[in-house]
Amino acid sequence: MGVEVLSTDAMSGASDALLTVTDLRTHFHVGEHVVKAVDGVSLTVHKGKTLGIVGESGSGKTVLSRSIMGINTAPNIETSGSVTYNGTELVGSSRSTMRKLWGAEMSMVFQDPMTSLNPVVKVGRQVTEHLRSHQGVSKSEARQAAIELLKWVRIPEPEKRLENYPHQMSGGMRQRVCIAIALACGPKLLFADEPTTALDVTVQHQILNLLSQQQRERDMAMVLVTHDLGVVATRTDEIAVMYAGRVVEQASTSTLFDDMRHPYTQSLFWSIPKTSEPKHTRLSAIVGRPPNLAALPPGCSFAARCPYAQDVCREQAPELQPTEDPSHLFACHLPVGSDEGRRALEVNVQLGLPQAKSAALRATVAGGGR
Amino acid sequence: MAGSGKAHLRSSEDVILRVEDLVVEFPARKGQVVHAVSGISFDVARGETLGLVGESGCGKSTTGRALLQLPPPTSGTVTLDGDELTSLEGKAMMRRRTDIQMIFQDPISSLNPRRTISKIVAEPLDVWGPKDEAEQQRLISDILDAVGIDPESAAYKRPHEYSGGQCQRISIARALVMEPKVIICDEPVSALDVSVQAQILNMLEDLKAKYGLTLVFIAHDLAVVKNISDRVAVMYLGKICEIGESDELYASPAHPYTKLLIESHPEPDPHAEVDESVVVGGDIPSPLDPPSGCRFRTRCEFADATCSTDEPQMREVGPAHFVACHHPLRLAQSH
Ligand SMILES: Nc1ncnc2c1ncn2[C@@H]1O[C@H](COP(=O)(O)OP(=O)(O)OP(=O)(O)O)[C@@H](O)[C@H]1O
Ligand SMILES: Nc1ncnc2c1ncn2[C@@H]1O[C@H](COP(=O)(O)OP(=O)(O)OP(=O)(O)O)[C@@H](O)[C@H]1O
Ligand code: SF4
Ligand SMILES: [Mg+2]
Ligand SMILES: [Mg+2]
Repeated sequence: MGVEVLSTDAMSGASDALLTVTDLRTHFHVGEHVVKAVDGVSLTVHKGKTLGIVGESGSGKTVLSRSIMGINTAPNIETSGSVTYNGTELVGSSRSTMRKLWGAEMSMVFQDPMTSLNPVVKVGRQVTEHLRSHQGVSKSEARQAAIELLKWVRIPEPEKRLENYPHQMSGGMRQRVCIAIALACGPKLLFADEPTTALDVTVQHQILNLLSQQQRERDMAMVLVTHDLGVVATRTDEIAVMYAGRVVEQASTSTLFDDMRHPYTQSLFWSIPKTSEPKHTRLSAIVGRPPNLAALPPGCSFAARCPYAQDVCREQAPELQPTEDPSHLFACHLPVGSDEGRRALEVNVQLGLPQAKSAALRATVAGGGR
Repeated sequence: MAGSGKAHLRSSEDVILRVEDLVVEFPARKGQVVHAVSGISFDVARGETLGLVGESGCGKSTTGRALLQLPPPTSGTVTLDGDELTSLEGKAMMRRRTDIQMIFQDPISSLNPRRTISKIVAEPLDVWGPKDEAEQQRLISDILDAVGIDPESAAYKRPHEYSGGQCQRISIARALVMEPKVIICDEPVSALDVSVQAQILNMLEDLKAKYGLTLVFIAHDLAVVKNISDRVAVMYLGKICEIGESDELYASPAHPYTKLLIESHPEPDPHAEVDESVVVGGDIPSPLDPPSGCRFRTRCEFADATCSTDEPQMREVGPAHFVACHHPLRLAQSH
């Protein structure tokens, strides 16, 4: 992306931007190699809105979230670019500045509730820890607040549950506790990194409902990180699709699904089995594997697996650019639905590329180019 | 449900595997008993894929392992092609056991890290396979080819040199080498990325046709199970609630639990209706002390007094569609 960084902000109305990320890079130095886990990401989170970040394992979702939150602390890390929260620059800011923000302004819920809870401390105490350190409340006030918090996250019999240790609760109940902790100080922005991936589907449904409900009531912004396109489809206002450390497409949720332009977004969508399709529907698998982040190819990092790729893709990295709709961005030379894209696909079908044949077949079944 | 009964077992089809009244219990502390699988029955026709779906702890893996007698069930019978496995002993059992193979969720840890891929795949042949070296080599090459692993590099590479998806291909090859009649797939794609998951699902469909396999496919993802299965059985707390042809079962679930599962599944469709009202409930009762009557009643909106006293039995609600519920949804809707 380099110098011509797009200000996503300018395009979608700066007034309600809460968090603006510009050309963020997080690189890990491992021996002689540089692992480019996040490599030039720009995005905006708007007040009270939910942004979904979707991508497969290793695409950089967690590193991105942790970099934004300023909680990536390994000595081999190099972070550059800018993250502004309500006008304050966070990249390179002091630990004490960050500490004021954590919990009170922005907080995080992780995939595995067990790793963020202390196994030997009762949940009642854990829920109010932040309150005590931030707001200096008394013991009985804290207990009252803890009960209130457990009620928010709909834990039955909160008075009894205060006395439980984490292992005495189910996975879903523990995740509710983590959400309570994250919400305790009334943050304006919540990062939820795969908050339901470890949970059963019926519990996932409730936790997602709980998050949406709390988010609306508190007018809190949320970043929902997941590998599951199904989870973000009905829970977000906007979606950013990540591949190999970059955002390859970003749009409002309905636009992303109804008018996907990036071949990776389309391939990902087509590879997922859907309950709405009849049994034995042939899936369009994505050939090959994501690139090694320590040795990224010079052009588009999806080129080797892409049904549309031509020489230009292997030579030049495509920039994230807007479509006719300024809030819909994608980084592709030969986008889905364009004339160039159609021609490229035909060329690759002629060449006998398996991914091209399967995409062409799928496109005819789906009707139209998308 | 979570009920019993055998009204759904078939006599007409070419049934290769039949499970009747399967019970698996584990001892727990203080003399308690884990009721992992509590009297389930099902059958699988030759060439069919039966999906077993349900939430964590409902007994899917325990059922799968009991089919292989690992460990043998507490009670009940497993009949494979006319042979009752629980009554077989010694050599006869060992021989028959090779007809059922199992593949697991975590492919990497189920492969010996110190052996080459060719050796790993050949392992089962050392006991049962052709003794002729050249014939063995050819068989292994063919099978590795069929699962999309290059046989030449498999001769010197070891598991850590392959990705998760490739390791799953290798464990499928290892299962295929015994020319099994039935393969039990226990969450074979759950640990894989969706793009790789699609590769493995497609490959299983192809191998099934190529080798005339019968599959029991265990998973918790409803869309995955529907995609690969001809019929689906829904499990809850050690019981089967509902069983039917996949398209029919998903289009008109008769058990309240099946409906809940389907409604909870996040479909990648921004225009899908989502019931946002449910925020509580949903904890599954302990298998140490399962509810009386219908095991689902503590979470069921239709539960009444009968549900806590009588265990519902399997009954037919549509063509080849059976449910164990006192108040099945379609009957309720039709009056
Ligand atoms: N401390 C580290 N040192 C070196 N590489 C790292 C480090 N942390 C993460 N990475 C690499 O950064 C890349 C992105 O990882 P990240 O955890 O952000 O992926 P993700 O999209 O969250 O994946 P998942 O869906 O599996 O959680 C991976 O290739 C990972 O191996
Ligand atoms: N060896 C064992 N000893 C004691 N209890 C066991 C044993 N194996 C399984 N269980 C219990 O039996 C029940 C069923 O477990 P099982 O692993 O079959 O469930 P599952 O449906 O496969 O779940 P998952 O989706 O989490 O894999 C659970 O309550 C489990 O804790
Ligand atoms: S068409 Fe080219 S630029 Fe677009 S995704 Fe494919 S390889 Fe990348
Ligand atoms: Mg992650
Ligand atoms: Mg299991």
